[in-house]
Amino acid sequence: MYQYDSYDQAMVDTRVEEFRDQTRRRLEGKLTEAQFTPMRLKNGLYLQLHAYMLRVAVPYGTLNSRQMHALADIADKYDRGYGHFTTRQNIQYNWIKLEEAPDLLADLAKVEMHAIQTSGNCIRNISSDHFAGAAADELVDPRPYAELLRQWSSFHPEFNALPRKFKIAVIASDTDRAAMRLHDIGIQIVKNDAGELGTAFYVGGGMGRTPMIAPCIRDFVPLDQLVSYSEACLRVYNRYGRRDNKYKARIKILVHELGAEEYTRQVEEEFAHLLDQGIEPPIAELERIRTCFADPAFGDGARSVDRSDPDFALWVDRNTVRHKHDAYVSAVISLKPVGGIPGDASAAQMHLMAELAKEYSFDELRVMHTQNIVLPHVKIADLHALWTRLDADGLGAPNLDTIEDIIACPGLDYCSLANARSIPVAQKISERFAANGKTEALGELKLKISGCINACGHHHAGHIGILGVDRKGIENYQLLLGGSEAEDCSLGKITGPGFSEDGIVDAVETAADVYLRERAKGERFLDTYRRIGIEPFKEALYG
Amino acid sequence: MAEIIRFRDDEPVDHPAVTVDSFLDQSNANAVRVEPGDDARELIPHIGQLQLVEVNFPAFGDGRGYSSARILREAGYDGELRAVGDVLVDHVAYMRRCGFDAFEPDAALNPDDLQTALDRWPEIYQSAADARQPIWSKRHGAA
Ligand code: SF4
Repeated sequence: MYQYDSYDQAMVDTRVEEFRDQTRRRLEGKLTEAQFTPMRLKNGLYLQLHAYMLRVAVPYGTLNSRQMHALADIADKYDRGYGHFTTRQNIQYNWIKLEEAPDLLADLAKVEMHAIQTSGNCIRNISSDHFAGAAADELVDPRPYAELLRQWSSFHPEFNALPRKFKIAVIASDTDRAAMRLHDIGIQIVKNDAGELGTAFYVGGGMGRTPMIAPCIRDFVPLDQLVSYSEACLRVYNRYGRRDNKYKARIKILVHELGAEEYTRQVEEEFAHLLDQGIEPPIAELERIRTCFADPAFGDGARSVDRSDPDFALWVDRNTVRHKHDAYVSAVISLKPVGGIPGDASAAQMHLMAELAKEYSFDELRVMHTQNIVLPHVKIADLHALWTRLDADGLGAPNLDTIEDIIACPGLDYCSLANARSIPVAQKISERFAANGKTEALGELKLKISGCINACGHHHAGHIGILGVDRKGIENYQLLLGGSEAEDCSLGKITGPGFSEDGIVDAVETAADVYLRERAKGERFLDTYRRIGIEPFKEALYG
Repeated sequence: MAEIIRFRDDEPVDHPAVTVDSFLDQSNANAVRVEPGDDARELIPHIGQLQLVEVNFPAFGDGRGYSSARILREAGYDGELRAVGDVLVDHVAYMRRCGFDAFEPDAALNPDDLQTALDRWPEIYQSAADARQPIWSKRHGAA
């Protein structure tokens, strides 16, 4: 993985000092809250319902064990012993004191981490495929490109006050595990007919109150023009993105209002101009970064497991994923125990995951946007030992991509923007399906819950989505069906009138039952929905 | 009138700037004021006659002026480029990088805080409208 040199270290150290100074001026009353807000936001510090929340960047979701140990220590020292992994592959702490935030950032900087640009109207932490460097189907490891863009976008002087936040994802396989087309910019590493690597740019996707799937605006940008092209996309947005209405300020609205063709024309014009400005790092810089991501020393070993323990066999089937090396798999540690809070991990669990990464996965971990943790490179021969230790500490839930593997935003339990609670709904649904035993039969079923229209829980992109709304002061939940964030990207449709908190749990089960009744052989929930449409579901729900 | 902080030695223009529209109409002025919605590129054919471009920041959260500044510098404008309006000390370093060399903030900046902010960043990650050498260039030995 990437290692800081003295320059990178100087940048994060400087940021800590800057924030210490800004915090001091705020506490001394020299800065108003209005002036301080964008500064703290650029350091990932939000004021929530009960306390400050700090969001720490995990660039493209990659961590080593030392960093995971440090995150656990921070949970103990500054929070209440927990961390919350998010849909942006980051980690959040919910109980932070402003006076202590600079010290927390200093602790992060010691392990090459930071909270730079994890919120605010700027280019956010860049996300990527959580199986990068391990996936059997990838063209190359996408992370060096994400790292190049991380550096380019950090403290970018021109894009200091964008109309709105800006999210970039980079992937390198046709299977999209990063919801690439639901980002402001989605970049896919591709090969052209001449066999050269380059990047396809998808611009103007997003969720929120107006979800949109990004159109491809260019199918090949050469690697030595990646920064210039990104800069052109951003400059057009910075100049012409709407600033009159916060809800229309994302780039998706600009691309939609101009039309993809006109937006592309303006980007191409700006790009042609920027190519002469000498802003592109040399390809040697990309190569330098790439050497940090060289494959670990994979060795040969067993290619199958002893399946005599059915619990272990189930976990292997559900939670391990094919690796580019036959003697290895990527193993997913579910942070979705039945009845638990999706994405939460205790300090002790984080320490354990760090130890296991060191022992079994070449010292690497990944945060998934589905709020789980991956050990990317586990020897098949080591799986039983790994599972035994995970299971002993409540981390062995065998539910990857099942209805129990729910994405949920923090909702009304923490978030000041929420209409409704998300976490208790997730807890009740996973309890319901664990009890009725339907999880296994349902197979792949992605369920996502947001506590308000801002869609942090990606409800539009769930096979089943749930959206919390406020109806006359009472929490109410709408049901959506048919969304997907993958390469077959689609947006879910609302079934009809909303449900109460208990009603929505019943409604999910009703929809699941329609699938079980109607499915053809080999169909997932999403496939059946696409074939039969929404009507049979509506009938069962409201009929 | 607020104090003007300048990072250049020539004599400042001593008359008020005109709007972009009126400048384009009666093009003998040498000082113009760019609002966030103006297209700075319209000034490019006339940059030879300009000595002062003011870029207005009515609110610090509206960052269009950063692009306006860089566009003018990229086009070769070398007169005074002045950020006016809601200019806060924590944004001045970014503004310098985008090519601003004068500041006329609505609220006076504390000189110590300003110096601290300007000296803060020993390194930069990307090239912009200033002459500073980005980290990638230092890494690969370019002078
Ligand atoms: S979706 Fe709404 S409730 Fe949930 S975290 Fe985002 S803003 Fe808060």
